[in-house]
Amino acid sequence: MNDNAVDKTYVAPDERRVEQKKKDSLLHILMAGILFENPAFLLVLGTCPLLAITISAKDALFMGFAVIFVQVGSELFISILRKAIPDKVRIPAFITVIAGFVTIVQMLVSAYFPALNDTLGIYIPLIVVNCIVLARAEAFASKKPVLASVVDGLGMGTGFTVALVLMGSIREILGNGTFFGMHLPLFGTVIEPMMFFILPPGGFFVYGLCICFTQMVVRWFQKKSGKPISNAPVVGHCDTCGTCAGCDVSEGNKV
Amino acid sequence: MKELFIILFSAILVDNFVLSKFLGICSFLGVSKNLKTAMGMSGAVILVMLASTALTWPIQIFLLNPMHLAFLQTLVFILVIAALVQMIEMVMKKTMPPLYNALGIYLPLITTNCAVLGVAILNITKSYSFLDAMINALGGGLGYMLSLFLFSGVRSKVDKADVPAALKGLPITLIAASLVAVSFFGFKGLVENLFS
Repeated sequence: MNDNAVDKTYVAPDERRVEQKKKDSLLHILMAGILFENPAFLLVLGTCPLLAITISAKDALFMGFAVIFVQVGSELFISILRKAIPDKVRIPAFITVIAGFVTIVQMLVSAYFPALNDTLGIYIPLIVVNCIVLARAEAFASKKPVLASVVDGLGMGTGFTVALVLMGSIREILGNGTFFGMHLPLFGTVIEPMMFFILPPGGFFVYGLCICFTQMVVRWFQKKSGKPISNAPVVGHCDTCGTCAGCDVSEGNKV
Repeated sequence: MKELFIILFSAILVDNFVLSKFLGICSFLGVSKNLKTAMGMSGAVILVMLASTALTWPIQIFLLNPMHLAFLQTLVFILVIAALVQMIEMVMKKTMPPLYNALGIYLPLITTNCAVLGVAILNITKSYSFLDAMINALGGGLGYMLSLFLFSGVRSKVDKADVPAALKGLPITLIAASLVAVSFFGFKGLVENLFS
């Protein structure tokens, strides 16, 4: 009779090992970045560029490429150097590596895409302080092997790019009636483009709704499979954020 | 004199760093839960913005530009700001304990606040003079304080409101932020007319 009372949350050691292996598999890491731990919509990192340059889908896409480059490059280097960097100075060391890659992007963009340099403006150098890059360096690349770190960088970068392009598309279509600069039918004649969406308040609004829907999708997946898919933390939680935000200084003082 | 007022008021109201340039959103969402932490954080941000501008502007103009090293801007600025914040914290702890108790815990969080690096870079890209740059930094910091002050008030009401489950937490906070940002549109065109 006791069999019925067995704790459902208990996982046998063998199964646990399989589970752990599954979590470390490269595909799982990649998918975590793109959907289940989407940096923009679930971990809520890197909000500055997400709100500022999603006025058009094209700018958003290019910004995404820049972030992928910086993310993969810095995670690769930090993972290689993870044993050489002393623990006490790791944050300045990470920032230096990241700033190096950001400088490369800045120089490439200003050399080959001068027009883009004007529209993205200060948001390219600000990738340095983008929480995603630093938080992943701290939480992942400084602990895991090189290949896994590169895949994590790729997944997180892609997840962020998807979020950027999604928000950029929504705001450009509704606010301007165009998509990647192409004029859409119906807009301008039947539907009047709503200026609100390409203005700053529209950014906050669309971002709020996107987070809401992504959470609903992930919850639906979890309900269907019957167990939590990822150990995605509570939205806006300190652990995801590395050092950047002033998350709840009053409560935990987690500095 | 007129130009300085225009820079100051457009940094505070029209081109508000948080609500129109989206700099420092992380901390804006993080510390706006109650008024006391919001004001502590803003005080620390104003201090660090002024100090970092006072340091990064001369570095760019007298060091990087003459040596044709302008491409190192990002790298140098972020390291200077990180070192500066660390130093302010140490000096403050030693010499001004009351101030340290009020602002100290926020200082380490500011290193990676994009508003601080943002104001340092903007001062250079807009080719401001030193005085302009300092006024812009002051305005940026005061604007940050104003938006946090307003938003923490709004948020204390929003957190108590009964909203649909899916919107609970961050989504409704962002939508509230959107409405606060709309209110700042009232200031558009104000500055030009005020001083003309």
